[in-house]
Amino acid sequence: MQISFTLNGRPTSVDVEPATLVAELLREQLHLTGTHIGCDTSQCGACVVHLNGLPVKSCTLLAPALDGATLLTIEGLTGDPGSNQMHPMQEAFRQHHGLQCGFCTPGMLMTAVALATEKPDLTEADVRHGLEGNICRCTGYQNIVISVMAGAAAMHAAKGE
Amino acid sequence: MGNVIGIGAAPKRKEDQRFLTGRGNYVSDIKRPGMAAGVFVRSPHGHAVLRGIDKSAALASPGVIAVLTGDDVADDGLGSLPCGWGITDAKGVPMKEPPFPMLAQDKVRFVGDMVAFVIAETPEQANAAADLLKVDYEVLPSVVGVLEAVRPDAPQLFDDVPNNICCNWELGDKAAVETAFKKAAHVAKLSLVNNRLIGNPMEPRAAIAEYEPGTDRYTLWTTSQFPHVVRFLMGALVLNIPQHKLRVVAPDVGGGFGVKQFHYGEEAVITWAAKRVRRPVKWVASRSEGYVSDRHGRDHVTEAELALDETGKFLAFRVNTLANMGGYLSTFGPNIPTNLYGPLLGGVYTTPAIYCNVKVVFTNTVPVDAYRGAGRPEATFVLERIVDVAASEMGIDRVEIRRRNMIPKEAYPYQTPVLVQYDSGDPMGCLDGALVAADVKKFGVRKAASASKGKFRGLGYSTYVEACGLAPSRFAGRLGARGGLYESATVRVHPTGQVTVMIGTHNHGQGHETTFAQIVSDKLGVAFENVDIVFGDTDRVQFGMGTYGSRSLVVGGAALSKATDKVIVKGKKIAAHLLEASEADIQFEAGKFSVAGTDRIKTFEEIAGAAYVPHNYPLEVLEPGLEEQAYYDPVNFTYPGGCHIAEVEVDPETGTVTLVNYTAVDDVGTVINPMIVEGQLHGGIVQGVGQALFENAVYDEGSGQLLSGSLMDYCMPRADHLPMMNVATHSTLCTHTPMGVKGCGEVGTIGSPAAVINAVVDALSHLGVTHVDMPATPNRIWRLLQNASLPVAAE
Repeated sequence: MQISFTLNGRPTSVDVEPATLVAELLREQLHLTGTHIGCDTSQCGACVVHLNGLPVKSCTLLAPALDGATLLTIEGLTGDPGSNQMHPMQEAFRQHHGLQCGFCTPGMLMTAVALATEKPDLTEADVRHGLEGNICRCTGYQNIVISVMAGAAAMHAAKGE
Repeated sequence: MGNVIGIGAAPKRKEDQRFLTGRGNYVSDIKRPGMAAGVFVRSPHGHAVLRGIDKSAALASPGVIAVLTGDDVADDGLGSLPCGWGITDAKGVPMKEPPFPMLAQDKVRFVGDMVAFVIAETPEQANAAADLLKVDYEVLPSVVGVLEAVRPDAPQLFDDVPNNICCNWELGDKAAVETAFKKAAHVAKLSLVNNRLIGNPMEPRAAIAEYEPGTDRYTLWTTSQFPHVVRFLMGALVLNIPQHKLRVVAPDVGGGFGVKQFHYGEEAVITWAAKRVRRPVKWVASRSEGYVSDRHGRDHVTEAELALDETGKFLAFRVNTLANMGGYLSTFGPNIPTNLYGPLLGGVYTTPAIYCNVKVVFTNTVPVDAYRGAGRPEATFVLERIVDVAASEMGIDRVEIRRRNMIPKEAYPYQTPVLVQYDSGDPMGCLDGALVAADVKKFGVRKAASASKGKFRGLGYSTYVEACGLAPSRFAGRLGARGGLYESATVRVHPTGQVTVMIGTHNHGQGHETTFAQIVSDKLGVAFENVDIVFGDTDRVQFGMGTYGSRSLVVGGAALSKATDKVIVKGKKIAAHLLEASEADIQFEAGKFSVAGTDRIKTFEEIAGAAYVPHNYPLEVLEPGLEEQAYYDPVNFTYPGGCHIAEVEVDPETGTVTLVNYTAVDDVGTVINPMIVEGQLHGGIVQGVGQALFENAVYDEGSGQLLSGSLMDYCMPRADHLPMMNVATHSTLCTHTPMGVKGCGEVGTIGSPAAVINAVVDALSHLGVTHVDMPATPNRIWRLLQNASLPVAAE
């Protein structure tokens, strides 16, 4: 079936099998491999993207649900997929060593941006609770939590300017 | 012109840009022209005779290209998966080493054992066809636990392995230990289980293989921590492919933790299959598939006894362990519960006599092999638990009993009674540092505050040492290693002075691209941004043994340091010629070659240029070019260690254990990048906390089914399980590595399980609890509290 949606700010139209998962569509048909698949039970969160501004696990969403929707993936986070520019949350992860192997990182970032957007003054407990659906095996989460708090502060500082 | 960033600095990581922007290049991201999809058909039974496979329906399914089984493997005369270690018993009798076929031949021996590989145009078609494969199994009883497996009436996995015992391994002076026990004023005894774990790197395993008929070359992309070793084991020992015809690439790999440091049957099958179907073939494991095929870790049942004199001095330590190997011997399998376990039982103490017996046992479970720490967390757990038991029974303070037995700083190098000689360390310094950092003095106040909320608070110590930097080849060879354990590095200086390093270790989260670049930047005075690190491709990197055992910086970094030194030596020769001075008078500092005592200098870039444009160059005595290679084989292991202090709160109503504080003071030798070291400590500690509080791979006895077969059933640590940890280093320098480094990848995982469980036992000690097995789940603690002799109420 043919579906049309806005992907990372651009109108997109694709022909998909109805049983295709959004994560598969992104990775296999649209060659956006920044969205990762780390499990088969919607537990790990490596595939988190924003659907109409809200974080969702794209491994649990069927492609037809995208029709008419707005989708944001890690590739579109800065608004300019071609550049080396960083979103304040990405920069915070770099500054605070919030990643090691990088596999969970895109999902962590998408969840983190959504958390920071939803609540301007995130506490450590908010961040830890908010990341409950994203598993990282490398970092022990400490630097991720620090990164998210710093990234959230930077996002709101940038907005305030 | 960028900056030199040297040893001890904390630049942000070079690898981060691509990972943060979704531009990593993991195996599952790669697509090859004409690529087909493969899926493995795996045994649903723990133990069964494979009576036959009917391929016809699967072959007739839409899009199917091939269906390969063990018979096809046999027809092609291929080898079985090799084990890299051959251990022996005390009399020198070799371990039992039954073949591990890449696709099952006569029997299946664990749920997940591979019976067929189905290749089709798409993954969906391959999966549909796999469902149509008719496999005729005669189901046999399974045995999954080590205690059950060694019983005389247990199901036997192999006809020629009586009682399922692979090897009855021993270490130490049994007679001396017995004598010491007779003289002991007190003997502490402890029975414990070291729980079975699943490594769970976030990237599931995957592979793509391709055969090029025009050049008769194969390429395998695989999620591996050691591509050169895969090339050697698979090419030379399984598929009979000459090494120069086989390229193995391990690109970005999403975490390893040991799980990806083995040669897996999937790699061999897919490479063989790619030639048979003349198509690139891709396989990506699902998480659930990983649970029944990724090698598992730990799984010990242990009886330990510690003999002490009346002052609490350790006289002797005796340990008897049954270690689970699973259904077959994996690459490092038999080495882990033996050579990486027994030699660590001395810990940081002066125990004069130690004896260890390990029965290595086959069961109908996934093969067991190295998982972060590998053998050393198990040894640390036994020792640090029994030290607490002894202290409690003798009425000696837990810190005091450790102090009375600790090896003093000035006693290093220290020869233990179990093979290893520690070169340097300061366990007392780490302990003192940790006591302050954890604010142990005020623990009583915090305990009272917890009690006022109805919670039990406990404090636990783990003062430990590990052996890492695997490994001195000669030493490993005596212990049964069938390969070397050196490392190699090439430093290629380009004509313009930038540097590319080819190194045999593999970076899958450890930040090698940053740390190794710092070493080169520091030594050559080249800007940090002008150094790139290449790894993970047998066509680009000369050779290497890969990354595991906290060896990358220790062994790989040493090879890199040596190769860099060779560049400086050659640069001095070129500079001597250009500056018309004696080579002995040339100094190299901060990127400049100069004649001592003069202002005559040549920059590093000028020397590189002269090496590649040798118009004015000593061609009679020196080759053009500026590229050097070094191999480094260490003379000893390195011995990182430290002191971990965990603080927990137990809710007696629910049995929930909450880790509330965690302090670690570790001796990892020279720190190249403190930011990266801290990250390694955090991650390592949490993996140990996971073992202590959450993680458990559970099999059903009899059927051999893995009950904890998904992330829904196997509890991984999450962000809201953890407090902010307080980590610091207290370093003594390794005396035999070029930079004094000791390695930091595994320390956290080795030190933490004992600290956490000691804290849990401390929290419950007033109820008469003397031991808690891992994981200390709410269910386990709640049951323990129901059975405790005292009423369940906070003091």
